[in-house]
Amino acid sequence: MDYFLELFLGGLTRGSIYALIALGYTMVYGIIGLINFAHGEIYMLGAFTGLIVASLLTVFGLNQYAILVLASLVAMVYAAAYGYTVEKIAYRPLRQASRLSPLISAIGMSIFLQNYVRLAQTSDFLPFPALIPDLAFMEPYAHIIGSAELVILLVTAMVMLLLTAVIRFTRIGRAMRATAQDKGMAMLVGVDVNRVISITFMIGSALAALGGVLIASHIGQINFAIGFIAGIKAFTAAVLGGIGSIPGAVLGGFVLGCTESFATGYVSSDYEDVFAFGLLVLILVFRPAGILGRAAAEKV
Amino acid sequence: MGPLLTIDRLCMDFGGLRALDHLNLSVAAGEIVALIGPNGAGKTTFFNCLTGLCAPTAGEIHLVVPGRGQRLRLNGLPPNRVTEKGLARTFQNIRLFADMTVLENVMIGRHCRTKAGVFGAVFRSAAARIEEQQIVTASAAILERLGLGSYFNDLARNLPYGAQRRLEIARALATEPVLLLLDEPAAGMNPQETAELDELILKIRSELGIAILLIEHDMRLVMSLSDRIVVMDHGEKIAEGTPAEIRSNPLVITAYLGEDLAQTA
Amino acid sequence: MTDAGKESGGMTTARAVRRSLLVSLWFMFLTLPILVIRVNPVAQEIVWRWRNLFLIGVGSFVLSLVGQFLTHRQTRRTPSLTPGRLAIFRQRCMREPQIYVPFLLCAVLTTLLFPWFFSTYQTNIMTTALMYVVLGLGLNIVVGLAGLLDLGYVAFYAVGAYSYALLNHHFGLGFWAALPIGAGLAALFGILLGFPVLRLRGDYLAIVTLGFGEIIRLILENWNEFSFGPSGIANIPRPGFFGLDLSLAGATVYLYYLMIGLVLFTIFVVNRLQNSRIGRAWIALREDELACQAMGIDKTRTKLTAFALGATWAGMVGVIFAAKTTFINPPSFTFLESAMILAIVVLGGMGSIAGVVIAALVLILLPEYLRAFAEYRMLLFGAVLVIMMIFRPQGLISSARRAYKFMPVPVAAGRNKRHGTAADH
Ligand SMILES: Nc1ncnc2c1ncn2[C@@H]1O[C@H](COP(=O)(O)OP(=O)(O)O)[C@@H](O)[C@H]1O
Ligand SMILES: [Mg+2]
Repeated sequence: MDYFLELFLGGLTRGSIYALIALGYTMVYGIIGLINFAHGEIYMLGAFTGLIVASLLTVFGLNQYAILVLASLVAMVYAAAYGYTVEKIAYRPLRQASRLSPLISAIGMSIFLQNYVRLAQTSDFLPFPALIPDLAFMEPYAHIIGSAELVILLVTAMVMLLLTAVIRFTRIGRAMRATAQDKGMAMLVGVDVNRVISITFMIGSALAALGGVLIASHIGQINFAIGFIAGIKAFTAAVLGGIGSIPGAVLGGFVLGCTESFATGYVSSDYEDVFAFGLLVLILVFRPAGILGRAAAEKV
Repeated sequence: MGPLLTIDRLCMDFGGLRALDHLNLSVAAGEIVALIGPNGAGKTTFFNCLTGLCAPTAGEIHLVVPGRGQRLRLNGLPPNRVTEKGLARTFQNIRLFADMTVLENVMIGRHCRTKAGVFGAVFRSAAARIEEQQIVTASAAILERLGLGSYFNDLARNLPYGAQRRLEIARALATEPVLLLLDEPAAGMNPQETAELDELILKIRSELGIAILLIEHDMRLVMSLSDRIVVMDHGEKIAEGTPAEIRSNPLVITAYLGEDLAQTA
Repeated sequence: MTDAGKESGGMTTARAVRRSLLVSLWFMFLTLPILVIRVNPVAQEIVWRWRNLFLIGVGSFVLSLVGQFLTHRQTRRTPSLTPGRLAIFRQRCMREPQIYVPFLLCAVLTTLLFPWFFSTYQTNIMTTALMYVVLGLGLNIVVGLAGLLDLGYVAFYAVGAYSYALLNHHFGLGFWAALPIGAGLAALFGILLGFPVLRLRGDYLAIVTLGFGEIIRLILENWNEFSFGPSGIANIPRPGFFGLDLSLAGATVYLYYLMIGLVLFTIFVVNRLQNSRIGRAWIALREDELACQAMGIDKTRTKLTAFALGATWAGMVGVIFAAKTTFINPPSFTFLESAMILAIVVLGGMGSIAGVVIAALVLILLPEYLRAFAEYRMLLFGAVLVIMMIFRPQGLISSARRAYKFMPVPVAAGRNKRHGTAADH
């Protein structure tokens, strides 16, 4: 039973990170219908920024909580800046182009960013400090869930509530929903669509960076290529839940995280990534609308 | 002689929306039937169901080609099979192959009547060469017939609007249909182009013996062309008859034609 | 005169400089952590590389200025219908025999004599480039002609390579026997992949093919009993020459000519395909899938043929790759390989044979010969994809559709029509 619980909570933790990244995919897809292939790289950039900031602060001798918070915040700000820039350079000029052009551009951006980090930093794995401190009161439950996992779960839950509130109740949230529904109409009623798209990219990127810092400090190492597999898995989560749907992304993240956790725990860990890719292929082929999404028909 | 196409209680639902509601209709060989009705009445949806682009929720579609004997059930067939059976269509919002030449667009229409495969293409077997030659000749002849002879090698995207509409018809004709479905062919045309279209449609019927089912908003064109008019509203057929009957049908006048007819009549 | 004309030159320049300064500042901010700071978490060491910041600042400033200047000139110039000087020059090159014949002759001679004037090493590189030419042309069928964005193309390449390696390992099969088998197996995999993705929309198709490619690679990596896992398969024989075993140098030259032959064969086939009934159906499918079906084209068959034929070339090159390197393992078949081949197709121009040939040679040879570039190779590939999509989506050489020539032919009496016949080509 404990083993089951451990796997389940481990799955939730993984899943919450997938969900954080998947939100970026889903929001961007909901608004401009683009699979932002470079999103995984933003997550990776976030993790690297977090590592650099954390290392700097450690040298200056700050306390652990401050380091965690500051590293996460700076990483989120930088990821937002990268997200903004990537959209402006690689996607905005292609808004009227055929559907595949921005996707190819996104793939190019993804490869570019990966190699930018590889050349600027290193191609080796770098150890990532455990930024999340051990909590004393968690001691008795350590065999089921670690402090880091608990913190990750709590933080992501909070962030998601916050995001839901932003989208439900704020001006920008309303503008985002309007743009997602009908770009032309939103523009007519005075929504600055370009600004909304930029902000969507920035929010999505910041969330991915947060996920990057949290999971890196949990796993303990990063390199320039981590964004690819994480990106694919988060995309799987987004599609699983129904791409374009925010609750769907969260649900998809948890489902994928638990599936992976149980599959590796009970079956075999060799094929961990095969499970994710297999799931991705199966969903796209058999239920491309996902769990919560609706199928869209083409107008003739 | 029985009708060419028979539609029996055709229904089409999109979620909760009933776009076609127990529609009955038949078209005889060589007949020109016009389908009219306000925007959103379900006319295009009807074409989509006929051509296999939408799967109707209920109802039957049957085609009897004179001389070919048996009665063919069309619903459930994929679009390309429907076209093989003899239905060809144009689109309300022009859907040409924009980056192909005008001639190639029509040559695509010949696809379902020819059969050269990969090996024929690579090794240029005698059969494939002859077939290719025939595709070119036949397509060119169609283009000449439709007055597009001067555009052969232009890209379809560069054609003037009226010519694009005619190219859609040419492409459909290349599939050797027995019934041609035209979705608002005169939309966006000036009066002169519309007059030419009128002539063209009559010519297609008289020279090629093709029956025509036509969706159109231009009442003058509809009245002058059609043998019979079917009026739709909210997915239902609300009236059917000769142009003269439709002109004087009070139901139609209130539901759809209104002042429009008062002016023309 | 327009507003731009009335404005004094100084003001616009000042504005452009201000803008470029902002751009440059933004990029300095953006690259600050990653490019400037390098940490070593183990030794708690921090290296500051301020020079990089300076370079980025100056670089982005200059680029932004140049970019603004170019767009400014473009908007100022009235759009004219006459083709630009470059286009005219290109047309002249292609039309006038006294220009293109010597050029072609030179190219043919260089290609044929290459192994006699250059080292084995150089010949090897050239062979690799030729392999990418064929891969590019093969992917071009799927992506360029049929418009199906296949991101898992490398899987078929792997199928070819592993077919030869495994058949040779277990049954001692030779290169020439494995070549058609590898091609056939790859085609089969193409069809297998094709079936599930038939209904999918463009971008989903891309992701599913990507997933498929990765699954194949992961299976090769983990299924040790079948594929020998990450350690790969070694001692794959090079192709024999009528039963003779060649020396290393001899085999290299032999492979080179083999590849030349394959390239010519591929060009021949693809060229014939793209102006055939099948090729037109592919292009129609790319242009408008729905209209294409409504015009009587069987979407299923057309897509499957495209996948199968595209995969066939990858399978063949895979066999040759195994024979050339004599050792294969899964890391040769990652997504990046697919992306590289895609970059070749995109740079060359989707659907354009000449474009793909040139792009493959440029993208593969440039990093090989300019050593400084080698490290930046993948960076270059990524940038090529983005830049081409934005500035020249039709590629270096946009594909031109075949023009048919017509002669008025008198038709049987009674019909007063003219109709044309295609001139023989
Ligand atoms: N693919 C579809 N999905 C959902 N609703 C549709 C679809 N196609 C058409 N409709 C709806 O069906 C109704 C009829 O549309 P349509 O056939 O295009 O009308 P018409 O051609 O007569 O103007 C409209 O309300 C339209 O919104
Ligand atoms: Mg309509």
